Amino acid sequence: MKPSRLTNIGNWVLDRFPLTNLWNDHMAHYYAPKNFNFWYFFGSLALLVLVNQFVTGILLTMNYKPDATLAFDSVEYIMRDVNWGWLVRYMHSTGASAFFIVIYLHMFRGMLYGSFKQPRELIWIFGMFLFVALMAEAFMGYLLPWGQMSYWGAQVIISLFSAIPVVGDELALWIRGDYVVSDATLNRFFAFHVISVPLVLVLLVFLHIVALHEVGSNNPDGVEIKKNKDANGIPLDGIPFHPYYTVKDIVGVGVFLLFFATIVFYMPEMGGYFLEHANFIPADPMKTPEHIAPVWYFTPFYAILRAIPDKFAGVVGMGGAIVVLFLLPWLDRSEVKSIRYRGGIFKKALLLFVISFIALGYLGTQPATPLATTFARIFTAIYFGFFLLMPLYTRWEKTKPLPERLTMQPGIEECIPALRATYDEITLVEPVQTENGTVLKRKLNPDGLIKVLSRLAINLKKKFD
Amino acid sequence: MYDEEVDKSKRQFLTSALAVVGTVGTGYLAVPFLAQMQPSVKAMAAGAPVDVDISKMEAGQLIRAEWRGKPVWVLNRTTEVLETLKSLDDQLRDPLSHDSVQPVSSKNPTRSIKPEVFVAVGLCTHLGCSPTFRPEIAPHDLGEKWKGGFFCPCHGSWFDLAGRVFNGVPAPTNLEIPPYYYVTDSHIIIGETASEAKA
Amino acid sequence: MKNLILLFLLSFTVVSHASESVELSSPDIDISDHKSLERGAKNYVTYCLGCHSIQHIRYLRIALDLDIDEKKMLHEIAPEGAGIYDKLQTAMNAHDARKWFGVQPPDLSLIARSRGADWLYSYLKGFYSDSSKPLGVNNSIFPDVGMPNVLWQLQGEQQAVYKTEDGKKVLAKLVIAEKGVQSEKEFDQTVNDLVNFLVYVGEPVQLERQKMGKFVIFFILMFLVVAYLLKKEYWKDVH
Repeated sequence: MKPSRLTNIGNWVLDRFPLTNLWNDHMAHYYAPKNFNFWYFFGSLALLVLVNQFVTGILLTMNYKPDATLAFDSVEYIMRDVNWGWLVRYMHSTGASAFFIVIYLHMFRGMLYGSFKQPRELIWIFGMFLFVALMAEAFMGYLLPWGQMSYWGAQVIISLFSAIPVVGDELALWIRGDYVVSDATLNRFFAFHVISVPLVLVLLVFLHIVALHEVGSNNPDGVEIKKNKDANGIPLDGIPFHPYYTVKDIVGVGVFLLFFATIVFYMPEMGGYFLEHANFIPADPMKTPEHIAPVWYFTPFYAILRAIPDKFAGVVGMGGAIVVLFLLPWLDRSEVKSIRYRGGIFKKALLLFVISFIALGYLGTQPATPLATTFARIFTAIYFGFFLLMPLYTRWEKTKPLPERLTMQPGIEECIPALRATYDEITLVEPVQTENGTVLKRKLNPDGLIKVLSRLAINLKKKFD
Repeated sequence: MYDEEVDKSKRQFLTSALAVVGTVGTGYLAVPFLAQMQPSVKAMAAGAPVDVDISKMEAGQLIRAEWRGKPVWVLNRTTEVLETLKSLDDQLRDPLSHDSVQPVSSKNPTRSIKPEVFVAVGLCTHLGCSPTFRPEIAPHDLGEKWKGGFFCPCHGSWFDLAGRVFNGVPAPTNLEIPPYYYVTDSHIIIGETASEAKA
Repeated sequence: MKNLILLFLLSFTVVSHASESVELSSPDIDISDHKSLERGAKNYVTYCLGCHSIQHIRYLRIALDLDIDEKKMLHEIAPEGAGIYDKLQTAMNAHDARKWFGVQPPDLSLIARSRGADWLYSYLKGFYSDSSKPLGVNNSIFPDVGMPNVLWQLQGEQQAVYKTEDGKKVLAKLVIAEKGVQSEKEFDQTVNDLVNFLVYVGEPVQLERQKMGKFVIFFILMFLVVAYLLKKEYWKDVH
């Protein structure tokens, strides 16, 4: 049978471009562990949000004017006069916050399951560079609307650079292109935000994924699937990424879009956290707003900066908080990757880290009262303690024996009968007298509730040992 | 891994169903993104109809107005000019304006609602330069045959004082006539016809 | 350890009250109420447009959203000589404004998004006589404000009643000393309409986006159902 024209065209391309090989190596014959859970959705979601920022960003640049006298009005022009401009703007602003939620959860997955450990240190390093680039991108993007918070936030953060001894003032002048944040700063931040940092982000994402595919994904058990292969060299506990994870990630995308659309259409300001109230006032170099706070995703690091009394030491502390993340693969001395099999000390330490990160985040949004500063100092100590003491408390961990093969934990559907049973346990069905006769009503059972809560407490304690 | 028969048809159906929903969704998303590039309200506002006061126009005078960023000429034509127009038909490419753009009210020998006032878009139909207004008869640079009209300096196209294009010049069609109407005898609105204005 | 946690939790109460100094009253914001918005628009043009522009919205947009005929908009609501595509510009020029008030009255397009409806409502109702001020009025929400009480004819004259707290003279409440053209209830309605209008002006597309949101979320749910079924079907293979 003569090959069809389409097949001929296909073969012409395949003779000159390794399309089939690429598809096989990275999708159809790329074997990923079969036990990926909730925490493993956030990589593909990060990619989705990146694409969203690109597309909405390009549309915004069609109408945005990067000029100090025109910028603020051009954003309102987009919101009102440009067809569907409001949708593009809200998708971009929500996307920025969504990006950080996704990335923080993505990084946390790495910490939970030891995805930063050998042989995946380079993936973690690329990821950390991505995080730093993302923070730069978000910071510069936030100046562009040229509102009060944009202007003063930039003014405060750039003046931090002047804290660096010897070169500080010159450096800050060079970054700003002027003696204060001005039109010159806006224009260059626009150039960086629209083209240079996005190029860097795309490059780093490519490197991050290539490095990942070279060693293969980690998994919630922290046990390497490549240790157990079948006669054909395929990991026994591996499944091809396509179709299994393509189809699962599409469900993840759907759930994410549900949350995303709810925010975009019903609460794009998110109570002043995604779009800050002060930013609806045009930038006024003569008038400083009462509270200058960075956007929510920077507040943990801002809290650390403010907690340290000396200006330069504060800058070092803030930078240190990020540098210490880079060092994680070498600070963690445990041979065991996943939290499921690690000792109680690490589990408790990680919990303390999470609490301190969230607490610092909250404190960063509040004014620096003496009480708040005291708490910020305590939590900064906990944050740094988690990392700097890690070589000590992880070396002699009481780890649990690792399984030879992967374990599959129950999913949501499997838990439903157990949830029903618990619901039955904490409620009582009692006959109640009403006007129409006796009716069966469900009431809270205090004894059952106490039993369930104490069981929950015991289970929680066991989990942390 | 496969211990039951893979239900291929069910997978095929579900995949197709998802593909359809996904395509529809992408379409829904594409519409606002593509519509975003349509003229904004600012452009529409700038492109709104313009008023021109012709009460003080002298005989032979040309007023230049602007509509949608384009020059629009309002010319007061004398009776001599109107007479001359009739004699030019055999030199013109499209004397009866079959191929050119004009509103119904201007599809007539004088290409205007009222013969004395000529309204046209002042852009050459060749490549968009704005022709010069040359009402004089037989000037030195244009020769004996010139009976008054518009001369485009870019590539040498000739138009008469009804905007009709001559034979043998690069421009393919007569000058465009914009929609316009008379509010009163001395006040015209350029940019919409009388019926569009009422709607 | 337990005490530290308790102390930490208690500190939230201290921190959260630190910023609230004045009680704000809440208006009834309903931007689907076209009649209210129309009254608010008319009052805005009458009392506010003289000094405050709303430069980011056009008369056309207001007419379309509030279901007002264009001609009615131009004859009854918009000021004399305005075109339908015009933005709500103020007649007062910046130079004169600075000379008379020391500062140009701010544009109010986004005031509802930066200050909030509660603040605006309380502010407009919060003027009281104060002979020590150059304009003769002060404001309980925005002390030493440079704006006169433009609504004084409707509201009447309000006076401050003070009380002593910790040895200091503090504002207790405001009472109407001399009645204005409107009763208290009518005046509250007038201010409500004005604030309603300003909330609308802050983001004219609010209602539309909320309506659209329903369909988008419904569609995504449909997509999710199909995607989930597909996932379950394929994952039957995996054990």
